[in-house]
Amino acid sequence: MEKEKKLIVDGKRADGRGMEDLRPLSIKAGVLKRADGSALIEWGRNKVLAAAYGPREVFPKHLSNVHKAIINCRYAMAPFSSIEEHGRSGPNRRAIEIGKVAKHVFENIVLTKQFPKTQIDISMEVLQSDGGTRVAGITAASVALADAGIPMKDLVQGVSLGRVEGQLVADLDKYEDNQGEADVPLIVSLRSREILLFQQDGMLTKEELARMFEMGFKGAEAVRAVQVQALKDRYYGPHELNEDG
Amino acid sequence: MAREADIVDEIRAEYVKDVLKNGQRVDGRELLAYRPFSVQKGVFPNAEGSALAKLGDTQVAAGIKFDILEPFADRPTEGVFTVQCEFLPLAHPTFEAGPPNENSIELARIVDRGIRSGECVDVEKFFIEEGKVLGLFVDLYVLDHCGNLSDCASLAAMAALTDAKIPKVEEAKIVRQEYSGALPLQRLVLSSTFEKINGTVLLDADGDEDAASEGRLVLAVSDDGFLCASQKSKRAAFHAEEILALFDLAKDKTAPLFRAIKA
Repeated sequence: MEKEKKLIVDGKRADGRGMEDLRPLSIKAGVLKRADGSALIEWGRNKVLAAAYGPREVFPKHLSNVHKAIINCRYAMAPFSSIEEHGRSGPNRRAIEIGKVAKHVFENIVLTKQFPKTQIDISMEVLQSDGGTRVAGITAASVALADAGIPMKDLVQGVSLGRVEGQLVADLDKYEDNQGEADVPLIVSLRSREILLFQQDGMLTKEELARMFEMGFKGAEAVRAVQVQALKDRYYGPHELNEDG
Repeated sequence: MAREADIVDEIRAEYVKDVLKNGQRVDGRELLAYRPFSVQKGVFPNAEGSALAKLGDTQVAAGIKFDILEPFADRPTEGVFTVQCEFLPLAHPTFEAGPPNENSIELARIVDRGIRSGECVDVEKFFIEEGKVLGLFVDLYVLDHCGNLSDCASLAAMAALTDAKIPKVEEAKIVRQEYSGALPLQRLVLSSTFEKINGTVLLDADGDEDAASEGRLVLAVSDDGFLCASQKSKRAAFHAEEILALFDLAKDKTAPLFRAIKA
């Protein structure tokens, strides 16, 4: 790869963004007929389809919990989703790990105790990938759950943070992600100011991590506005409401 | 129907929570203290590096093997580094034989990320000739699961790496049991794992605390003070300030572990 190509020139990133600017983001809720809830997110060149089924009967039955609903979460990348070679279908090790940490997000946020002995199934299918797919997927899945009418403490969302050429940046695209020196996907609840998903690699100082958390919460606010609009459009039709709803 | 072992775990977890309400732990430890630990290197001399780590009653073995591999297409001159983890059926009543599940995959990937991010192993030194590089495999064998597998596994992996020797390569083949020298490490990385139970954060959960835990934060730090890998796991959330404070603690708490490995 062309490692010499500078990714940040005169305080601007390769695609013209500033350090904290997010790529164009749109979400459409209720895009699937069969699923109880669904959403399609397009974020930069990412396209991720999320769906929710449930609460429904647990299968296999021995997995059921008498106190709460269990949550299953699938994250997978389509074999044609990257600009590189044909991928293998189904979740690989990376995808299984992402499915697990995404499941923990929804175990926290869904009011599972209202639905004992049931399961809620969440799928995130990455159809086109361009960096930050897990954050995009969980952001979409959160809208899909709301679309399914599943009660939650909050609508959750996030952004990925990273360090590129020594600078902290938000919402890395695939190229920045590959060439970057650190990677921090973050999912937060703005209502409680809590961090629900936090993974990290690269070598970071405490100051850098603190700054990334600030940037993450700030980015999440912009993402949340798009989620809320998607749900308003779904139930009231577009353009029928003013900004206050 | 839940299994018998799960029900016993649930009852014991309730006891852990009860005792913790008074800020105490069942085994009498401070909230942020490690159990006694030990590392033994070179326990499997057929491997190119090995170690057995014990943390309280938890035991994880690590073995290192080198093989000659084809490099990844986008990194034709770099060697390959892989961490894998097996939860052996003998290690816990609920562990089953079979392909890796989400827990063992998560554990292997956390240990892998820490070592990879910390650039502990210089994979650029693993180039042999065009189309051939050395691949380094770290296999983590969980022998006895009595809580905090992540720290015990990272201790075992790092100890095995400090024990590892690079095999002699002749005519692009490995000569087994002959070595060209010790594996150089650019820095060491170990993790500290914190668990959240009813809002209380504690370090180094034992088996019952592990079952009672609602939130987990694994922080892998380098011996020169960088955060190299993190993972929040389980359902409970953490605040940003909490994570930052635990990063400082992880640096303190891993210091004796680093010393044990360097000894």
